[in-house]
Amino acid sequence: MIDKKWIGHELPASVLPIERSRLQFFAKAIGETDPVYTDVAAARDAGYPDLPAPPTFLFAAELDSGASEQLLADLQIPIAKLLHGEQGFSFHVAACAGDTVTVRSTISDIYDKKNGALEFVVKTARATNQHGELVAELRTVIVCRH
Amino acid sequence: MNPPTFDSVQVGDALPPLQPPPVDRTTLALFAGASGDHNPIHIDIDVARRAGMPDVFAQGMLGMAWLGRLLTAWAPQSRLRRFDARFQGITHLGNAMHCSGTVVEKLEQAGERCVRIELLSANQFGQTKIVGEALVALP
Repeated sequence: MIDKKWIGHELPASVLPIERSRLQFFAKAIGETDPVYTDVAAARDAGYPDLPAPPTFLFAAELDSGASEQLLADLQIPIAKLLHGEQGFSFHVAACAGDTVTVRSTISDIYDKKNGALEFVVKTARATNQHGELVAELRTVIVCRH
Repeated sequence: MNPPTFDSVQVGDALPPLQPPPVDRTTLALFAGASGDHNPIHIDIDVARRAGMPDVFAQGMLGMAWLGRLLTAWAPQSRLRRFDARFQGITHLGNAMHCSGTVVEKLEQAGERCVRIELLSANQFGQTKIVGEALVALP
């Protein structure tokens, strides 16, 4: 069983500098062909200061920093038992290439279903930019299946 | 296609669907690198088998990114207020996903006129892999 003492745990801040080349790579990986996501001129024509990060991109922050991996180690969830249950985003200010986004997460709940056969960890995060503006809120439910 | 407006959109309207190519290993490898999700269960068959899976399988966030494409192809991303997904099944190699969205409600939220969209990603066998919801503010 995952120790419920982790409820309230704050993960170390994850700092993600948003780079054009990474966004272009992400666009390629998801098959995005809208030039707004790969061509700076098209992004500017659409009203963005630079290439915008696609809606789900900020999930990368805690993967890049290693915070996600550390959390799984702390909670003793092996990757063979790990499932992504839910993911949510609320958007406030656009994140674009050139911005530096900081993601700070808290474990907001841990519970189980089916007599412990499935355990759930709920992580909520705030992503802010270099100006201290709220960019997005993230909510992740990870599942450990036994 | 003109960008949608609050008055032009009706409950029941379908967004233009998105059908990415069937999931292959190259896509999983590229997404691992681009997304930062280096979990080997998605890219290394040996690790996947040791975990009791028949083969590697798609990252959940790849499927969610495809639903994101569906949304931003319909309305500019700057109009997206909320985007939620529930991962209901594993997306396997060879799965050809059909991503769809339907306007289910017109509402006002935080002083903005918005539409609520139900999202669905299902494979060629009709098996649901992701259900989701989005809130989009419209002019």
